[in-house]
Amino acid sequence: MRPTTKFLNEELLLRIVAEGRDLICNLGVEIHNDEVLSLLGDHGAKIDTKSGRAFFTHDLIDRALSSAPKSFKLYDTIGNEAVDLSDFNVNFTPGSAAINILDHDGKVSRRPTSQDYVRYTKLMTGMQHISSQSTAMIHADVHEDIADSYRLYLSLMYCEKPVVTGAFTAETFGIMKDLQVAIRGSAEALAEKPLTIFSCCPTAPLKWSKATSQNVIDCAHFSIPVEYISMPLSGFMAPVSLVGSLVQHTAETLSGVVISQLAKPGAPALYGGSPAIFDLRYETTPMGAIGTMMIDCAYNEIGKYFGLPTQAYIGLSDSKLLDAQAGMETSMGATLAALAGINNISGPGMLDFESSFSLEKLVVDNEICGMLARMIRGIEPKEDFPAQPIFEELLRDDHLLISDHTRKYLREELHFPGVTIDRANRSRWQEEGGLTMIERAHNEVERIVADSQPVRLSEDIRRELTSLMQKEAATIGMEELTKLN
Amino acid sequence: MLNQLSDSLLTGNADAVASLVKQAIDQKLDPNNILNDGLIAGMTVVGQKFKSHEIFLPDVLIAAKAMNAGMEILKPLLVKEGIPSIGRIVIGTVQGDLHDIGKNLVGIMLKGAGFEVIDLGKDVAPETFVEAAIENEAQIIGLSALLTTTMPVMKKVVNLATEKGLTGKIKIIIGGAPTTSDYANEIGADAYCYDGINAVDCARRILGVA
Repeated sequence: MRPTTKFLNEELLLRIVAEGRDLICNLGVEIHNDEVLSLLGDHGAKIDTKSGRAFFTHDLIDRALSSAPKSFKLYDTIGNEAVDLSDFNVNFTPGSAAINILDHDGKVSRRPTSQDYVRYTKLMTGMQHISSQSTAMIHADVHEDIADSYRLYLSLMYCEKPVVTGAFTAETFGIMKDLQVAIRGSAEALAEKPLTIFSCCPTAPLKWSKATSQNVIDCAHFSIPVEYISMPLSGFMAPVSLVGSLVQHTAETLSGVVISQLAKPGAPALYGGSPAIFDLRYETTPMGAIGTMMIDCAYNEIGKYFGLPTQAYIGLSDSKLLDAQAGMETSMGATLAALAGINNISGPGMLDFESSFSLEKLVVDNEICGMLARMIRGIEPKEDFPAQPIFEELLRDDHLLISDHTRKYLREELHFPGVTIDRANRSRWQEEGGLTMIERAHNEVERIVADSQPVRLSEDIRRELTSLMQKEAATIGMEELTKLN
Repeated sequence: MLNQLSDSLLTGNADAVASLVKQAIDQKLDPNNILNDGLIAGMTVVGQKFKSHEIFLPDVLIAAKAMNAGMEILKPLLVKEGIPSIGRIVIGTVQGDLHDIGKNLVGIMLKGAGFEVIDLGKDVAPETFVEAAIENEAQIIGLSALLTTTMPVMKKVVNLATEKGLTGKIKIIIGGAPTTSDYANEIGADAYCYDGINAVDCARRILGVA
């Protein structure tokens, strides 16, 4: 049995869904994009051109929900299947778009560079429990106009895993799509084997900006998957109640589903989000708050009720350091998310309200992900019945260390974490240097980065990616791409 | 062939190890080389792989069993040619303590590494340890205890060995869940071993075996 968890009973879930649908039909959604408003108007939504509000219809919502794919897969840059977003499958991806990186001493948070980003992508190659990379940091040494495409370019050049990313403007979608087409060979091949997911965020409450709504329809046209990232802030830009926040999340996310499916029926997307409770003491948006995690798990249930694959920013921490709070919040969130069956869990590596990324935390979180992958496989008999023979063997031999049963099921049944997790007795731990978790994680960072192999992309594709990026950089006067090791 | 022998130990293939040792003997290879460059070299790699988590305890124990299969065949020849083992160790769980699984593991590991092991079992009196060590001309006594209440027996063994004038001649190593390096120092034991593989390292270090 796969272990799971639930926060909503059926009656409450149906009421939240009904109220969310009514909101976008009765109050409408403010959309700062004429193309999207026209699209909605052409398909029966009432448009108030003066306020820019679109009033959805239940028929529009029903049609969108029926054409939206129930699952999809991501493929790495080589074309191998890497991520299965269906049913209760769980995949992990790092948190995204941090503006800082926590240095390995675990104390100094600074702006990341392209070189930091490359180290991150190489490290991602060795994170065996995290199946996709994300554009985890915004490096500060390239112009902001190309910051989104440049990090995607680096991700594709240095790591084969699919990428969770996003465009910062409507205009940069073009180069970010072209980079992907260059890898697959054609737009059709890219549609066949998606390589990225674009985060597209409505603005609370009940709004879509020009850029993000344009991203939704542009992605749909190329069958590039998106994840709708609704961000109600309970008690601030959303009702203080978790139910009220869920109603808002449902409304905003459904509006995304409709826009995407009108642009292209069948366009793949994740029913996602990054809601948070608002901490009215500090005026912050804690991702490690239990209320935030409860909203995440509950909207995942709503997404599953719609039959859609799901995503959440959960399993991250608001601590500034890689400390006990970081471990506690990350583990708690990731565990709940895995139990809930959130298909793509965005969080590993992230601290400080999604603003600071730590390579060492990524290594630690990779271990959490590995443990959870074991957990959701649940408890199943492994030739355990009848029980008597194995106990006869135990009583005869005094131990089962070299029993056939032990040797057959050892690695399948018991999860053994990497060396970052301390399992040594005190003497061995002392003999091996008495290292702290951060020191062990840092050693792993250095080892994995040093051992990383070049990606298997052909030289032609690598040249084409670089040529595309150089042309894009030239448009903002950047003559040469940053020098990297 | 000796490389093949080492590889067969890694996979724990006792039949192959026994057969290769026979072949090596038939081909008149030096028994000392068969022991050191085949069996012990293979078990050294097993130990390294265990430490780096490439293989787990069951793999080490299966390899040690395969090593024993090879030693059964080689031992008469070693005795005949007067080639000594790399060391002789008396082990046992101390008096009052019936927990012998850890001690048994240590025994398997030591044998697997090429040591001669005289296992006195569990609930062993201090006198028995010392007499057995003298009688067998052992270089090391290995004491095991799981209970805090039986740990003091270790001190009695150390004291008795001292009384018999064995200090420096027979080294005493201790291990078991409640024991520590500090405790070994406190009672005058020569070393503390925190697990089976560490006991092998410890014995090698004490006897100056590479």
